[in-house]
Amino acid sequence: MTVTGSYYLTFAAMLFTIGAVGLLVRRNVLVMFMCVELMLNAVNVTFVAFSKMLNDVSGQTIVFFVLVVAAAEVAVGLAIIVAIFRRRQGSATADDLDLLQG
Amino acid sequence: METFLFFVAAGLALAGALGVVLAKNPVHSALSLVLTLLTIAVLFLLQGAQLVAAVQVIVYASAIVVLFLFVIMLIGVDREESLGEPFHFQRPAAIALGVIALAEVVFLAGHEWATGASATRGGLQAGTGGNVERVAKSLFTDFVWAFEITAVLLVLAVVGGVVLARRSHLKPDNAGAAQPDDAVTQGDGGERVRNP
Repeated sequence: MTVTGSYYLTFAAMLFTIGAVGLLVRRNVLVMFMCVELMLNAVNVTFVAFSKMLNDVSGQTIVFFVLVVAAAEVAVGLAIIVAIFRRRQGSATADDLDLLQG
Repeated sequence: METFLFFVAAGLALAGALGVVLAKNPVHSALSLVLTLLTIAVLFLLQGAQLVAAVQVIVYASAIVVLFLFVIMLIGVDREESLGEPFHFQRPAAIALGVIALAEVVFLAGHEWATGASATRGGLQAGTGGNVERVAKSLFTDFVWAFEITAVLLVLAVVGGVVLARRSHLKPDNAGAAQPDDAVTQGDGGERVRNP
């Protein structure tokens, strides 16, 4: 039994689904961020699998740009989280962030 | 051997992903995330993407996760969180949506529909040099414009992070310079909790 590209695609789909469900289910803002990282990693696995299947190195190059976007997102997002948590001592759930609710 | 490695790494990665979602303590979630990221690096190696695997370990599994752990410790949310749900319909709806999406994508992936034309240049085995050289050639020729844009993006992210996270030490009469911080810290009803 050899591992073909569709094995990697199936694995990436499962990883993406776990991340998406976690993003919807969890209420802790930091854990929601980690679930976003899981989804981005699933996309990276997909890119590398397609790069292998299509014999094209561009898929591996695009992974770098996904990495840069993830790093920028983490930097800004964690800064926002720190700014929010500094004002509201101790509350760690997304349900408390309802200032725009009207 | 490759089959064995794939199933071990994929199983560990999925276990780590489930750990991220199911762990009550955010620190445990972050450590499960490390497990997932390292095993994904193994999967990259299995597919012959050595440079991507190295960058995955260096950037993701060390830098980003350390940043996560640092913020967890900084804001002190490393205690357990109740997994109770304020909206009763949300969790079943999310799981149903996930099952539907999983079935859909696995169905598509199982049919191996992405068998388009192979690359005419820049192939994985074409020419001399290893994986690093090929990725570098692609990055600095075909994608050089996107590469420049990422430099701008990173600078913007650093500036945004500093503006959002810094404490304002300015007097109120210097309000003009302290505007970005005020926009974040002023909230509902003028309640301002700020450490001296």
